[in-house]
Amino acid sequence: MAELGSISLWIALLISVWGASLAFVGGLRGRTELAASAERAMFVTWGLMVLASAALLRALVTHDFSIEYVAAYTSRNLPLYYTLSAFYAGQKGSLLFWALVVSTWGALALVFTRGRHRELRPYVAGVVCTVVAFFVLVMVFAANPFGRLGFIPPDGNGLNPQLQNPGMTIHPPMLYLGYTSITIPFAFAVAALMSGKLDTSWIHAIRKWTLLSWLFLSCGIILGMWWAYVELGWGGYWAWDPVENASFLPWLTMTAFLHSVMIQEKRGMLKKWNLGLVTGSFLLSIFGTFITRSGVIASVHTFTQSPVGWYFLIFLIIAGIAAFSLLAWRWPKLQADSQLESMVSREAAFLFNNLIFIVIAFSVLWGTLFPILSEWVRGTKVTVGPPFFNQVNVPLGLMLLFLTGVGPLIAWRRASSANLQRQFMIPVAAFLVVFAGLFALGMRELGANVAFALGAFVTAAILQEFARGTGARHRLHGENYALAFARLVGRNRRRYGGYVVHLGMVMLFCGFAGEAFRTDTEATLRPGQSVEITSPFGHTYRLEHQGVSQYPQLNRYVSAASLSVFRNGEYLGVMTSEKRQHLNALGQRTFEPSTEVAIRSDIREDLYVVYAGSVEGTEEAVYRMTINPLVWWVWYGGVVLVIGGLITMWPGGAVASARARAEPAGYVAEVTA
Amino acid sequence: MKAQTKFLVGGGMILVTVGYLMASGIKDTGVYFLTPSELSQKVTAGEPMYDVGMKMGAKVVPGTVTRDVASQTITFTITDGTQTYPVIYRGLAPDTFTDSSEVVVEGRLQRDGTFRATTLLAKCGSRYEAAPGQQHPAGVRKEGGY
Repeated sequence: MAELGSISLWIALLISVWGASLAFVGGLRGRTELAASAERAMFVTWGLMVLASAALLRALVTHDFSIEYVAAYTSRNLPLYYTLSAFYAGQKGSLLFWALVVSTWGALALVFTRGRHRELRPYVAGVVCTVVAFFVLVMVFAANPFGRLGFIPPDGNGLNPQLQNPGMTIHPPMLYLGYTSITIPFAFAVAALMSGKLDTSWIHAIRKWTLLSWLFLSCGIILGMWWAYVELGWGGYWAWDPVENASFLPWLTMTAFLHSVMIQEKRGMLKKWNLGLVTGSFLLSIFGTFITRSGVIASVHTFTQSPVGWYFLIFLIIAGIAAFSLLAWRWPKLQADSQLESMVSREAAFLFNNLIFIVIAFSVLWGTLFPILSEWVRGTKVTVGPPFFNQVNVPLGLMLLFLTGVGPLIAWRRASSANLQRQFMIPVAAFLVVFAGLFALGMRELGANVAFALGAFVTAAILQEFARGTGARHRLHGENYALAFARLVGRNRRRYGGYVVHLGMVMLFCGFAGEAFRTDTEATLRPGQSVEITSPFGHTYRLEHQGVSQYPQLNRYVSAASLSVFRNGEYLGVMTSEKRQHLNALGQRTFEPSTEVAIRSDIREDLYVVYAGSVEGTEEAVYRMTINPLVWWVWYGGVVLVIGGLITMWPGGAVASARARAEPAGYVAEVTA
Repeated sequence: MKAQTKFLVGGGMILVTVGYLMASGIKDTGVYFLTPSELSQKVTAGEPMYDVGMKMGAKVVPGTVTRDVASQTITFTITDGTQTYPVIYRGLAPDTFTDSSEVVVEGRLQRDGTFRATTLLAKCGSRYEAAPGQQHPAGVRKEGGY
């Protein structure tokens, strides 16, 4: 089977290079038969990727330890679902997974646009084939997942226990799906530039794709935060680590694009900017892979570096030069159809929104790259940590939250003072009430207070929109309120789905603000001893150490330390945190012991307990206890955000969107090459 | 004033503010990231390196780790092959910390030549990868080859 996989990769390399060449030549020369052949090459490449993936999955499931990848990431006693997740748990397998997904998106993009976008399709096939060819090239020459060991070990190394977590089985593929699906909007942007068909048709073609990749990226990032929180045991979910930042960067530019594209649709402005944002998002997704794979930033010189990273750097540079050269070539044909008329308008709100997203992205990129930059300039590596990112991004985030409330309410072109008064009375009142209320309650964390008050501002703005829309339908169509509400959302999915996403963001911001009130306690307890902690909400927790028990379980040996938890004297239950020593089928220790955190979560605060070890084999245990206020809001905000995203993407509503499409036609200038 | 000019002025103000925040953030919170050799060179060159916050990346010297659970103190020696420094760390070590890990310690160099660490990170090649040195099947390493 391994040979089948290797051969598939080699053939895929030839076919995808062939397809890319045909596509670009066919497109530029207007040779439809070449373009058609290129599209077939795209489908064949996809088939070969499916074949190679099937070969790898088979090798994993049948424990073919003669293959280095299988031996390095699985073992005989690893549960089946983790064995399957080993497909993308390591470098080589994840490259194959990536190539599989990109080729799938490419094939789907061609299927969905059948009979439409005739000028764009060849270039789309060409770009996707090029990207797949690159990934296959890396696999064939630098990281072949089907490489042989030369001998057959009796058992594999097993999967890193930190990856043996349900969140971790879906977090990486979600991120990969997000990263990879940006390829399609990028391919359409390149297609628009190359074909010279620079009207809004490429934007309509990618509308769902941009939402899709944004949604996958959001899911991937939030699941990653959740995994870090429940698995890594340091008590938080975001550390501004280079790898986290790498996933955050394309999310920022994609979010900016989702907003600025509305201005192009409505007013024919920001054409160059939008092309630049899509290109930038794609390049950042490749950059993220470079950061993750090369170890160039997080590490000192002596750390093992993988050559794969440098392939990505070279690809990044070539793709960047090619894409921005194309943009420069079409620059004169990308004039805006209208101009900004007033600072008090929706356009201005969106422009500031974009500016802030890009400034955040820039500061995150700067902070992430600073060790390298400082070494170039001053000869010494200087690193910046969470304080830098928080200092810069907290004010920017709050401005963004403010604009989240303003954008949807303010009028296009030029808002009258009547418009302002009608729209903003209630939200501003909500802001003031919450701000004053928190102050009166004795809360003095300025950043957090402003975040909560702005959260109230945005929530009031959104609820007002829902209420007015429903009321209008109720009056005009005589529908009852429930029906009016359902039809309101159903017929304007993009708009009201977007509002739901905004509500999710408000919840996330409230969760982030809760971080300001976090408390950490460390304690060494003998059985029967207890410790008291006061939470920011004023409760007193008492945690009483029960003892440590030890027992074998599945593929590991467990030491479990338990605490009885009381809140204000009321018994809540037992919390158990574990140390797990993973073993292979031969009973040998595989990885270092890993920690299982105990978490008691409710809508107000999480009690987060880590068992750090016992004193010299006795039952005297060392614990770290953290109270994390409002973490619940981060996870459920994420859920609301995804629901909102799904509403905007839900298929159908063709009539409404066709009408919306007809509307801005007046602004669209047809440009032909 | 035209709206576009106003936007440019407003945008410029945001950029200046952020530029200031970034510059002051780096100045106030940026710390050296050194290898033991680089630190030793700076000390020898007479640069004021004592009691200055910094990060150091190096390998743990196998066999030097001692853990005192009761006081939650871990001591070990780090090296980059040429220079070594003894490290004292108080707190919980991450799961990935072993007596052969590659670590990043953040803290201050003391006058007596020990490095007092306030944070301890043990590195993996990547978060999705096994830690370095664990990338080969256990059998190969532990049984001495086939």
